Amino acid sequence: MSDTKIVDARDTFCPGPLMELITHMKQSSVGDTLELLSTDEGSGADVPEWVNKVGHEILSNEKIDGVWHIKIRKAK
Amino acid sequence: MSQKINIICVTGTREKLQMAAMIASVAAATGDEVSVFLSMNAIPYFVKGHTEDAPVEGELGALMAKEKGVPSFKVLFQQAVELGDAKLLPCSMAMDIMKVTHDDFDAEIGPATGLTRFLSDAEGGQMLTF
Repeated sequence: MSDTKIVDARDTFCPGPLMELITHMKQSSVGDTLELLSTDEGSGADVPEWVNKVGHEILSNEKIDGVWHIKIRKAK
Repeated sequence: MSQKINIICVTGTREKLQMAAMIASVAAATGDEVSVFLSMNAIPYFVKGHTEDAPVEGELGALMAKEKGVPSFKVLFQQAVELGDAKLLPCSMAMDIMKVTHDDFDAEIGPATGLTRFLSDAEGGQMLTF
């Protein structure tokens, strides 16, 4: 069981947070968990859309104090 | 299911370059097959040493230019290539007019491509023009 890797993409605009996440996903191993932090409003819907389309897994998705915290498990 | 997305990029303005790069990067990173044909006023931005500071067309472009957190169109196009195997194809006609060769371009730029070849390869896919 690996630790959660934080991908801090706060204060960047679309598609910055998604591209940051994808860059880190490529460097991760199957089963790793990543948590994306984003202040970009669209991330809350767009990131899960990408995650589901490419076949990874959304573990949680919540907005805390204006920051989206989206937890993803790399599934393949 | 992945799709084939072909982008013809001829603009020299910031907003349109940005939108083309956003679509290219997101689509490529999502598994779509992306080809970008660069010609006319878009192509000089990909020559080594050329300014990346494209002129804005309007209000949103001006706002974008002030924001530090907006990824540049050059970075997004690079990510389209690195993360999603997008092809950035310089127009051979524009290269002739500019008197540049493939070596004059940034590393992510693919081989010189003629319009006939691009259109042939684009068959059956979506075509977007900026």
